[in-house]
Amino acid sequence: MSNKLHIKLNVNGKDEEFLAEPRELLIYTLRERLNITGPHIGCETSHCGACTVTIDGKSVKACTMFAAQASGKSVTTIEGIGGPDNLHPLQEAFKEHHGLQCGYCTPGMITRATKLLEENPNPTEEEIRFGMAGNICRCTGYQNIVKSIQAAATEMNAAASSTSEAVGSKEVEAAE
Amino acid sequence: MIPAAFEYYRPQDMAGVLAILEEHGDDARVMAGGHSLIPMMKLRMADVPHLIDLQDVGGMSDIDVGTDSITIGALVTQSDIIDHAGLAAAAPILREAALQIADPQVRYMGTVGGNVANGDPGNDMPGLMQCLDATFTVVGADGTRDIPAREFYEAAYMTAREDDEVLTTVTIPTPKGGWAYEKQKRKIGDYATAAAAVQITKDGDTCSSVSIAMTNLSDTPIYSEAAGAALVSTTVDDAALKAAMAAMLEDIDPTEDNRGPVAFKKHVAGVILRRAIERAWSRA
Amino acid sequence: MKDEITREERVDNLKGMGCSRKRVEDARFTQGKGNYVDDIKLDGMLFGDFVRSPYAHARIKNIDTSAALEVPGVLAVLTAADLEPLGLHWMPTLAGDKQMVLADGKVLFQGQEVAFVVAEDRFAAADGIEAVVVDYEELPVIVDPFKALQSDVVLREDLVAEDGTIPDGAHGPRKHPNHIFTWEAGDKAPTEEVIANADVVAEESMYYHRTHPCPLETCGCVASMDKVNGKLTLWGTFQAPHAIRTIVSLISGIEEHNIRVISPDIGGGFGNKVGAYPGYVCSVVASIVTGKPVKWVEDRMDNLMTTAFARDYWMKGKISATKDGKITGLQCHVTADHGGFDACADPTKFPAGFMNICTGSYDIPTAYLEVDGVYTNKAPGGVSYRCSFRVTEAVYFIERMVEVLAIKLNMDAAELRRINFIKKEQFPYTAALGWEYDSGDYHTAWDKALKAVDYDGLRKEQAERVAAFKRGETRKLMGIGLSFFTEIVGAGPVKNCDILGLGMFDSCEIRIHPTGSAIARLGTISQGQGHATTFAQILASEIGLPADSITIEEGDTDTAPYGLGTYGSRSTPVAGAATAMAGRKIRAKAQMIAAYLLEVHDNDVEFDVDRFAVKGAPEKFKTMKEIAFAAYNQAIPGIEPGLEAVSYYDPPNMTYPFGAYVCVMDIDVDTGVPEIRRFYALDDCGTRINPMIIEGQVHGGLTEALAVALGQEIAYDDMGNCKTGTLMDFFLPTAWEVPNYETDFTVTPSPHHPIGAKGVGESPHVGGVPCFSNAVQDAFRPFGNTHTNMPHDHWRIWKTANELGLHD
Repeated sequence: MSNKLHIKLNVNGKDEEFLAEPRELLIYTLRERLNITGPHIGCETSHCGACTVTIDGKSVKACTMFAAQASGKSVTTIEGIGGPDNLHPLQEAFKEHHGLQCGYCTPGMITRATKLLEENPNPTEEEIRFGMAGNICRCTGYQNIVKSIQAAATEMNAAASSTSEAVGSKEVEAAE
Repeated sequence: MIPAAFEYYRPQDMAGVLAILEEHGDDARVMAGGHSLIPMMKLRMADVPHLIDLQDVGGMSDIDVGTDSITIGALVTQSDIIDHAGLAAAAPILREAALQIADPQVRYMGTVGGNVANGDPGNDMPGLMQCLDATFTVVGADGTRDIPAREFYEAAYMTAREDDEVLTTVTIPTPKGGWAYEKQKRKIGDYATAAAAVQITKDGDTCSSVSIAMTNLSDTPIYSEAAGAALVSTTVDDAALKAAMAAMLEDIDPTEDNRGPVAFKKHVAGVILRRAIERAWSRA
Repeated sequence: MKDEITREERVDNLKGMGCSRKRVEDARFTQGKGNYVDDIKLDGMLFGDFVRSPYAHARIKNIDTSAALEVPGVLAVLTAADLEPLGLHWMPTLAGDKQMVLADGKVLFQGQEVAFVVAEDRFAAADGIEAVVVDYEELPVIVDPFKALQSDVVLREDLVAEDGTIPDGAHGPRKHPNHIFTWEAGDKAPTEEVIANADVVAEESMYYHRTHPCPLETCGCVASMDKVNGKLTLWGTFQAPHAIRTIVSLISGIEEHNIRVISPDIGGGFGNKVGAYPGYVCSVVASIVTGKPVKWVEDRMDNLMTTAFARDYWMKGKISATKDGKITGLQCHVTADHGGFDACADPTKFPAGFMNICTGSYDIPTAYLEVDGVYTNKAPGGVSYRCSFRVTEAVYFIERMVEVLAIKLNMDAAELRRINFIKKEQFPYTAALGWEYDSGDYHTAWDKALKAVDYDGLRKEQAERVAAFKRGETRKLMGIGLSFFTEIVGAGPVKNCDILGLGMFDSCEIRIHPTGSAIARLGTISQGQGHATTFAQILASEIGLPADSITIEEGDTDTAPYGLGTYGSRSTPVAGAATAMAGRKIRAKAQMIAAYLLEVHDNDVEFDVDRFAVKGAPEKFKTMKEIAFAAYNQAIPGIEPGLEAVSYYDPPNMTYPFGAYVCVMDIDVDTGVPEIRRFYALDDCGTRINPMIIEGQVHGGLTEALAVALGQEIAYDDMGNCKTGTLMDFFLPTAWEVPNYETDFTVTPSPHHPIGAKGVGESPHVGGVPCFSNAVQDAFRPFGNTHTNMPHDHWRIWKTANELGLHD
């Protein structure tokens, strides 16, 4: 048994501090220590992406990172992306376009997709397929996942442009 | 899959790293992104009693594109390489290769240093760095030393880096001419069945210089000087291509695995090399 | 009373059958609020994990657990010796064999469960496993079923009598110690005679490789024995929770009413989660021993190497025809590799599943099938991976044999199919191997498919490509993959289908609440199929209450009626029928209530979408909502209060979905890399309940078919080492490797199913595998290829090209 480490994380906006063995993988910290069970364990060798979370702006597979490595960082899981009162457009789009079946890959899939759309707000189908290639789905055959992400991108871009228009018109008003 | 217990260190500077390495010898290992090492630890194929996380050690995360050379810190990730516009302009082969490594999440964590230092014959960066004639700078208790990439790899997971040394920087002479990184793999996330890195220059219609390295076709990356020699001073016609492929095949020594038997790998190595040369030549 | 909205609007409001209702499951899944077995956390819960054999065949000389018991956090280490006094060191399999729960003196496959370490957390369990010392004596390994039948090495000493004789197995006489059964269907002598005298005979041997369903969530359970109340609760990834309850009761001796089995959300099953595994038994025992809840969840290597593989069928066929292409006879022999134990999940009377559907969609007058099951030193299983029992094997076999026959006849394979299809007017059609196909219209589907892809144009393009290849202008060949499949799903009639003696009916129980909403519980369990959405749609149409007002609940044996679970596309054909029938019972009672309320005779009211109205006076009606309230509020003479119904449905026959698929593929001859240019899938699953979900099922099934056809395998070396234990080597395609699919349909309702539905989840896999494979094979047909085995990964495709001289 090795020395326990003092680990500090910010998870979905909440500060967490605890003592953990160095070998505690981040996925176990989230799921078992913090009861954040959205991210799942699928392959354990960094191939399937079911455990995908966002850490300091990067998509990361939480099964291939020790909690100690993440100490001092901010972690966002599906639980931090949107809830019943503030669903993220991707969550809406996956429901609308049948982008999921058993739901096991879905949290990782949507978490990764939020980052993909930050990297590239207007992805082509090919770019979505390439950008989502770190997440395996066994049920959907991906076609409706691609469709869901495209729809969310359209929705988010429309929302962004209407926001900027609103801002723009305010500026016009101010200028007048 | 649970790794065996270990001690974890996150030193703030290189002196701290070297002190731990000195204390624990080959019981200690440094880790950057961990995406090669952690799966091995989980499968209990790597036993690491003392794990040194390099993330807080400064000065290893920069990409510096100079006139004659490019330096890349060991902690630069594949994703940093893909996103760096200056690098993409100066050495586009790096971006082309990085995009063919693993998947987006892994590229966010996987580093150049880890990829080249680990000595895994499946990694793409070692062959690429041999093609580019890179130099690896390692630091140890006795100071720093430079090791040419073409002399770094000794066998699978065996390199010229000593156990108490840390690879800090990769320096690449700014490449010239056309480029291609061609890789055949079974799927995203797989190692290469065969991959070829080619950098080529021309003088009129004639090839003036070329550099060729192959990945996952031996227990180390293979820099094939002979394959390059077969092309220099030719117009890279069919005969020259065939000569280069034949010369390369003399240098590689693939083994059978789930990707296929030796004959297949050799055939594909030739095809991939030919395609890489043709593509590089078209860009020269 | 005035009708405010149109009839059409009333239909729409129900969100009943035929509409693409959005899934009610998705709110929780998209927010990370699914509840899968590994999400379950109970006070004081312990973790169990296995010491597994590194050898494929070895005698166990000693197991030393002392060091493991010293590991901090380790509470117990169970071995076969601990389970033996309880009679739990072996357990029955679904196939009538028995299987070691923990290695009893020897191991028969790599990864076999040897000891069960119980610890306070998963880290301590892992350390405990490392500390158990097992002394093995290696034995000769047999991974080839043909060699197994010749070998002196006896794998299962427990199945050989002391005098050396070989007692019968669960399926009759055995001809060698490593032989499990011989199973026959059809008529041998007449078939041989027809083939011997035929104008044309094509023969082929093909290996349907071993693969694995590999759902993204592995198998696992949490067992919690409440010693105070004597109740055992078992949560787990069970595709058949009631069957698991019965099995646990039978082997543990705990009375069935004291066992509650719960399947929470399941992260995909595809057949992997039908069987009973040693982990379940050990968790139960560990919970009884420690008095605490015990969780066991496989890791990915455990999953791929030990639980429920699929296929591993060596198939040898002969097909005969007249010279103008009318098929006259079919013969098939299968050598089936079952691994160390026969743990197939098939109905009892069908040790080779429904392999006898191998005459496919064709009117073949004479046929004979013989299957030999064999033990080897490989993991047990043989489950139906996204198919009804062994139907993928059967359809692959016939769809390859038809192609091979087309080559022999020098005929177009599409035309050969067309002239041999069972004709629409022949249904119900009794096939030579015994099944009665309920319905079909194959010619219409085939013509629609071929027209949609411009089949003739594709063939022309292919011919041009071959010519260009021969001229040295391209190194890419073009393959046109065809497949026409008939599935047999909905097991099944209790008269011929049972598992461990449990008839394969299914069930639905409905309670209508006073305010006009409802809960329905079924004996099935969704693993992504969207039952909570679609079963509510069936009910909405049947009972006239909105689907949004109907909760569907499955998977809890304390509340759900007994059912045989979800696999083999049986949910819609069997439980869907039960749902409709239970709904009709509700409706019958509602009719009496409505008549009473409207003060007319029962026969004078008729059901109309969401209400009963007086015949000829549609303005006089009572809505189902009003009727529901009346059922709880009015004292109606001769009618019990309340509005509930239950139906146990024993289907009169299987259903027979079918489909026509076409794949266009380009193949790089030099690297062996295939590229799918186009995939067209026409499915006929009878009445369509939710087109959106059907389409999603087709996409998913095709993708699993792509994987199996193009690279997914469980491979062993000669020492019985599994070479494909992680997702680096076991091929699960990502979005990057998967094409877009074009989906299409025809509708031929099942004549015997209450709503005419047939089941669809597995059709795309069953039809997809031969389609992808045929595309590869077809690309090489102009160069002399007749057959090459799957998986068509790069090197095997390359090998085909190489052997045909295309690299010279």
